[in-house]
Amino acid sequence: MRDWNSQGRNREARLARTASLARGKRVPAADARALLEAVLEPGDRVCLEGNNQKQADFLASALASVDPAKVHGLHMVQSVLALPEHLDLFERGIATKLDFSFSGPQGGRLAKLVGDGKISIGAIHTYLELFGRYFVDLTPQVSLVAAQAADADGNLYTGPNTEDTPVIVEATAFKRGIVIAQVNELVDHVPRVDIPGGWVDFVIQSPRPHFIEPLFTRDPAQISEVQVLMAMMAIKGIYAEYEVNRLNHGIGFDTAAIELLLPTYADSLGLKGKIGRHWALNPHPALIPAIEAGFVESVHSFGSELGMEDYIRARPDVFFTGPDGSLRSNRALCQAAGHYACDLFIGSTLQVDLAGNSSTATLGRIAGFGGAPNMGADARGRRHASPSWLKAGREAGEGRNTIPRGRKLVVQMVETFREHMQPAFVERLDAWELAESAGMELPPVMIYGDDVSHILTEEGIANLLLCRTDEEREQAIRGVAGYTPVGLKRDRRMVENLRDRGVIRRPEDLGIDKRLATRDLLAARSIKDLVRASGGLYDPPKRFRNW
Amino acid sequence: MESLSFEYRGGRPLPSAPPVTLVGVVGSGNLEVMVEPADLGGVCRIEVLTAAVGFGPIWQAVMDDVFARHPVADVRISINDVGATPAVVSLRLDQALDAFTGGQP
Repeated sequence: MRDWNSQGRNREARLARTASLARGKRVPAADARALLEAVLEPGDRVCLEGNNQKQADFLASALASVDPAKVHGLHMVQSVLALPEHLDLFERGIATKLDFSFSGPQGGRLAKLVGDGKISIGAIHTYLELFGRYFVDLTPQVSLVAAQAADADGNLYTGPNTEDTPVIVEATAFKRGIVIAQVNELVDHVPRVDIPGGWVDFVIQSPRPHFIEPLFTRDPAQISEVQVLMAMMAIKGIYAEYEVNRLNHGIGFDTAAIELLLPTYADSLGLKGKIGRHWALNPHPALIPAIEAGFVESVHSFGSELGMEDYIRARPDVFFTGPDGSLRSNRALCQAAGHYACDLFIGSTLQVDLAGNSSTATLGRIAGFGGAPNMGADARGRRHASPSWLKAGREAGEGRNTIPRGRKLVVQMVETFREHMQPAFVERLDAWELAESAGMELPPVMIYGDDVSHILTEEGIANLLLCRTDEEREQAIRGVAGYTPVGLKRDRRMVENLRDRGVIRRPEDLGIDKRLATRDLLAARSIKDLVRASGGLYDPPKRFRNW
Repeated sequence: MESLSFEYRGGRPLPSAPPVTLVGVVGSGNLEVMVEPADLGGVCRIEVLTAAVGFGPIWQAVMDDVFARHPVADVRISINDVGATPAVVSLRLDQALDAFTGGQP
């Protein structure tokens, strides 16, 4: 007779081993390591909550300190590797296998550990893929998450940085896994319930508040005039022409410049109410002037941003907030929203090849993907129409005998040379060499060329939707690649022909006066300007204050 | 530091000598451009002092395009570059020459 409840019985056995440690759901911080050693079994799939912003850092250090003789061979399934402890687990043999999405700050060390055979990578995912696999074949047996507060029943209040917590806990709790939360404080009543207590097994009050990284704060003082020019081109050549109202911006100064040009340049073109109304976006401080100017109607967020709490609380018509007034973010839902409900993704990159494939991979670093590929991909499952989606679809289908269908706008915005004269356009992505050296099955491509609709540089906009052959596509890319070796090898006659057809458009073709491309056009030129624009509600972290 | 010099002929002289135009600030921006009228027998001369050595051919290509966009004569352009990218150089030169010629091509 088959046992149909082996997972339930295994859960009971694990809980029985913790009997002496917990009082109700509460476990003292001093017993965190003992709790983990009691609950975990060798080979477990474990999610140690690591987000873009919020980190379960106390539980990370507790897990890194367990006895490898008792706990070993863990299979870590988490979206972000941000803390040194995330990799200490592998160095100490506590964990051996890894499925993840993004490892930006730990990318160099990760590559080294993979090279030394200490880590076996299952796959590098986009966020939605990894979250999807939590419910298919990578369901965690134990999850270690972070929240702001818990009550005696284990109800969790995450505060503004809810991020990955709901998707992690849902997958774990409903497959008879164990959920352990670190919280900043124990309270009688949580301000709102972000995670129901019935889904949480243990709560530990951390000796210090969990770490949060202000990842999406860009100081306007660092935006260059070339970035202002490129932002003008994005607004006039893409946002206005396609009537882009539902969008996501990548991280970086290029897109921060667009945000800061909405109340000035876009307003001067009469575009208020016509572009940029609905956003899937973290609460970027650089968006404050556009919100104040009345451009922005709604913002749903993956996570929050440090210092934006009071501003968000004072603008509930714009942000998604709870009855307590603070932001409710949700990475999985915002990623899904960005993929299916946004008409445009625009982001920066490090390298673009002749087919328009773009990559941020560099040799010696395994940095992963994060959210850009879910945002920056045509949603082939999408069926609802919008003006920008239909126009892009018409351009892509023109002259082809295919059934009418829309297209997402996926824009790669990049200066032709990066710092130290590194060309952004290359014949061959570094991703190929990284894939070979790290034994990956595929070169890590951030945005595939066949998803890219436009490439925008200081030299112009290449509309890849209008290209009909691989050769046209290559010349359209060379035609905006500036003075890089790729750009200098353009066929000048063909590029001029593409320009005549509007496949390539220069600033002058768009009617952009380059003399206006100065920092004076930015709605805020410093962090202090952003504070002022917010009416003093934005409270930037110390490292962004110079006054 | 490297010193580069470029000369172009066939430009159009300006009807009246405009005042000296200065664009950009070294240090904050990374590039300083000065455009001034000069009696050069119809030549446009561009003098570059650059911190990045070995990019002569790229400067040549950038300057060829700048002169194609702004064919001026009897003008001296002095550039003091502290590692600016060609994008910055092109933009600042376009801005300086637009200001200098008052928008005349």
